[in-house]
Parts: sequence; structure tokens; C-alpha cells
Amino acid sequence: MATVELKNLRKTYLTEEIIKGISLSIQEREFVVFVGPSGCGKSTLLRMIAGLEDITSGDLLIDGQRINDVEPGKRGLAMVFQSYALYPHMNVYRNMEFGLKLAGMPEAERRAKIEHVARTLQLEPYLHHKPGQLSGGQRQRVAIGRAIVRSPKVFLFDEPLSNLDAALRGQMRVELSALHRKLDATTIYVTHDQVEAMTMADKIVVLQKGVVEQIGSPLELYHHPRNLFVARFIGSPPMNFFPAIFQGGDSAGSSVQLRDGSTLYVPVTSPGLLPGTKVTVGIRPEHVELTSSGPNSGVVEVIERLGAITLVHVRMPEGEIIVVQTDGAVLTEVETRVSLTLPPKNCHLFAPDGLAFEACHRHPLAA
Amino acid sequence: MALKTKTSTRIGVTALGWSIALWLFFPIFWMILTSFKSEVQAISTPPKLFFMPTLSSYGEVFERASYWHFALNTVIVSVGATAIAVVLAVPAAYSMAFLPSKRTRGILLWMLSTRMLPPVGVLVPIYLLARNTHLLDTCTGLAVVDMLTNLPIIVWMLYTFFREVPAPILEAGRMDGATRWQEMTMVLLPLALPGIASTALLSLILCWNEAFWSLNLTSSHAAPLTAFIASFSSPEGLFFGKLSAASTLAVAPILVFGWISQKQLVRGLTFGAVK
Repeated sequence: MATVELKNLRKTYLTEEIIKGISLSIQEREFVVFVGPSGCGKSTLLRMIAGLEDITSGDLLIDGQRINDVEPGKRGLAMVFQSYALYPHMNVYRNMEFGLKLAGMPEAERRAKIEHVARTLQLEPYLHHKPGQLSGGQRQRVAIGRAIVRSPKVFLFDEPLSNLDAALRGQMRVELSALHRKLDATTIYVTHDQVEAMTMADKIVVLQKGVVEQIGSPLELYHHPRNLFVARFIGSPPMNFFPAIFQGGDSAGSSVQLRDGSTLYVPVTSPGLLPGTKVTVGIRPEHVELTSSGPNSGVVEVIERLGAITLVHVRMPEGEIIVVQTDGAVLTEVETRVSLTLPPKNCHLFAPDGLAFEACHRHPLAA
Repeated sequence: MALKTKTSTRIGVTALGWSIALWLFFPIFWMILTSFKSEVQAISTPPKLFFMPTLSSYGEVFERASYWHFALNTVIVSVGATAIAVVLAVPAAYSMAFLPSKRTRGILLWMLSTRMLPPVGVLVPIYLLARNTHLLDTCTGLAVVDMLTNLPIIVWMLYTFFREVPAPILEAGRMDGATRWQEMTMVLLPLALPGIASTALLSLILCWNEAFWSLNLTSSHAAPLTAFIASFSSPEGLFFGKLSAASTLAVAPILVFGWISQKQLVRGLTFGAVK
């Protein structure tokens, strides 16, 4: 259990700046997820915390101690790698024992610890197997076990589930969440999968091109994305966007004119914005309502039926596609004309620079 | 139809393989055969394939020169040179494989380019250096030169083997608290052991068969088996029986050793290629 603090952390590789000044503080027992598209710097940031990459400038503190120049093994961290990185020449027991042995822990204590962890992770039958004899899920458990036995202050996970198939990934996700609660440890978890981020995190850090786009709880990111990037990245299928013209606003909301001439009064504030400014309206597929007739009509192009829900892709007269998530039993068919209703309370407005307008009311779950 | 073509192709490839192997082995076979002939039979035309084998050449060879003295020198020089080379090459290859800089590639090529230099080009300076350091006709001197000539190849091979070891495994070691040294000895070396073994084996064979430097830098005290063979090619003319017997005696140990360890050697040389 520990706090981790990043103060204006930067990383330059050759002449290119990969991490562009990240500040972040992580509380005790918090489960923090770094998420972002590939190449956003999330893995590099994790490796900088681990000590596997040098820090070009800035401070890294664990429990208030600056550890920029402390060896990886002495930082009190344990890491689970994407490829598991088990020692192929050692059996499961030896894999878990390696770190303890290097730390000089007595044999009896090591044995007790490893057996306890093996029991927790249901690894007992495999203690004398080599990693090559185990399935992907079992290897993953060994990698986690190897991290747990060291009783680290902070757990680091680098895309640990991306090598598993979908079913196992779902199962491990639940197991990891349960494990986190049981261990009460601070965890930093890197993933590109927003489902993992949403389901496991206490706090999500969205990264893009070495910059933090937003930090917040999963539902905060979902209901109040700070900018277009976060709005597009969080949520599946992604949010729909279309252009509009800002007309004016007051303390209770802002009105915009859509391209078909209709106006929308969205409960967001717009201080200082001039009427006539081009803005972007965003609405999630699950918030758009499908009606058979009315304004905002388009032609159904594709229907994806997932059983419980149906995704209807509607081509609008202006050419863009709006995705609507609706009931699994909806009777809409391809190439029919449908109308869309956009409930203003679920709409987001984004200024030309991509920043979101502040909502007048915070969502109760995203306080 | 497809199966039939496959079978005939396989037979063709097998036949080709066998003929190349036999063609390569023939000189060795002929050398061994000649070593069991008398001097007269050895130079008779047409050459005889069937004859009464005799050990007379071997007898004379043992009488004239102390085989064990030369053999011991060869063992000392090749084992010594290989051991030192591997010890020096492991850290070099480690840093090149896992901590590469932008010049690593260039350094590797430059190192290898020294192998392309004809040894005779540096004969005089090396001879003078050996003389001035009193290393002429010593096992140490020869071992140092053999070690240096093989070092580039050994570093290259180890570098290739180390590159096959996934970096996260070493990083996991570092996270577990291993020092660089422990990371190398407890994680990397066990994983790369097949590669290291075959590299050492190759170095051993190269040193064993190395003739140019041993003939030029040794005379009697430190003369290895290659010098032993050479001593039978002069000055009274060529005696093929004795020469063959000496050659057979010189190559036999490494041939047997190579044959025993061929599985290891093949595995090492095709490491990564078949994965």
C-alpha cells in the first residue's frame, strides 16, 4: 500500500519527446488505469514508474520518497508483463521464488508464502510444471502470483490480458478486480481496451501523444468527457458527432442550430462564446432515440443485431453516419427511412478547439 | 498426384544430400584409408581400394614424433582460447543485444570485417609483437592470437542468440531485484545455453584446425597438431602413408567430439531459423 506521485514527468528518446510532462497523484489502494491508443505513451509511462526506462526530467515519488534513480528491484514494485515474461527454465515454484531468494528471504518463509499465493490463485497442482506446459490463463496466473509473493507496495500491469482469448479475458478481468480488493494494494494498469478500463478502474488516465487528456472516474469520463478525444475514446460504440452553429446561451443552457434548421437547447454553459461559432454536437448511440417519422431523418444502412441490443447505422442527408443503439427486438429494416430524436440532456457540445462545454448539472454517478 | 510428386522430390533431395555429404567426406575417407596402407601402396596407380591394412605408418609416426606433446598443446590452446573468448564475448554480446546504441550495428560489422583481412597481412606485426612480449612458441601466445581472431565471430553468434531471448524476461528479472550480473548469469545464460554451447563448439573446432598462426608462431615447445602434420610433409619429400596417419591422428579427436555433439551444433546453428 502506497501513494505514487508523478510530477511533470518527461521522457525524451533521441530528439523526440514521448512523455510531455505528466503530473498525477495516485492514492493508497487506488486502481488506476492508463488508457489510450497505441503509441500514446502509456506503456512508456508505466515502464518509467517501474524503472525500466530512464526519466528525462520530473520527479517520481512513492510514499513521498523520490525514486527516480532507485533500481527497479528496490522500488518495492512488482510488474506483470503482457507476454507474462516467466522464466522458461524454471518451474512455477522457482519462478515465484526467484525474487524472494534474491531478497534473501529464508527458505521456510519463502515456501510458506509461495504456497499461500499458489492456493489463492489455484496454482497448487502446477507448482512443479515449467511455464511451457501451462495454458495461457495459467501462465497469466503465475505471472500475477510472481508479483503477489513479493508483497509489493504497488502492482504494475502492462496490458496483461491482451494475449488471452475473449472468454478468458472476461474471466480474468473479474478475477483481477476481486484480487485487487482482497490485496488492498495500489495498482497501476495499462490497457488499450476501454472495457477493461471502465470495469476495473477507480480512476482512469486517458493519454494521447504523451499528454494526459483527462483524469477521472470511469463514469466521469463517460458522462463528462473533457474534450473530443476522450468523448470518442470512451464508450462503445463511439459517440456520434455532427456540426452545428452556436446561437447563444445562458446559465441554464446553450442553443445550437443543426444543419436541418432545427435548434437544440443543451444544458451546458458557454461563457464567452460568440454566436455564429461552429461547434460540434456529440451524442452517444445509446442516447439517440429512433422514431418512424419526424425531423432529422435518414436511411438505415446497416443493422447489427447483438441479441439484447441492436445497432442501427443511419445515413443522414449530409452524408455522415449516425449509430443508434436500440432495443434488441426493434423491427427496423435496412433501407427504410427513420427519424432520430436527440434528447438535449444527453448531448455534449464541443468548442472549435475540441474542449467540451461544461455541463450545467453533473451526473449523480460522476460527482 | 500431389503426393506422388512430393515423394519423388523427397527422393531427389535425399539423393542430392547424400551425394554432397559423400563428396565432402571422401577426402577424409581416403586419408583414413591411405593411413592404413604401406608407402608403396599409398602412391600406387591405380589407387587400391582393397588391400592388406597395416599399422606401419602409425608406428613410424609415433616413433618419430611425440604425438601426445602436440595433442596436449592443441587442447590447451583451443580450450584456453575458446574459454577466454566466450568469457569476453558474453558481456559484449549482452550489451549489444539488450542495450544497443545507434552505433551497435556499425561496431558489429566493423568487428566482423577484421575476419575478412587475410591473416598474412598482419603476420609481421603480430610476429614482432609476440617476439617482443616473449610469447613466441608459447601456448599463451598462440591462444591469445586464436582467441582474438575468433572473438568477432563469437560475439556475432552470441549476439544473435541473445537477441532471440525476449527482453521482458530479463526485465522481469530486474523487477525481481536481480543485478545486471545476476540477470546475466541467472536468467540470460541458462536461456541461451544451447547457443553458447554451439558457439563454443565452433570456436573449439576453428582453433583446433587453425594452421597459419600455429605454424608461424610456434616451433617446438608449443607446437600443436597442425604443426605435427606439417612436420611430415618435408623435407625428404612426401610420404603419403605417414602424412595420412599423422593427419588422421590430428583430426580424429575433434572429429569424434564433433560427431558426438553434432545434435547440439545443428541446434545451435539453426537456432531461431526454424522457430
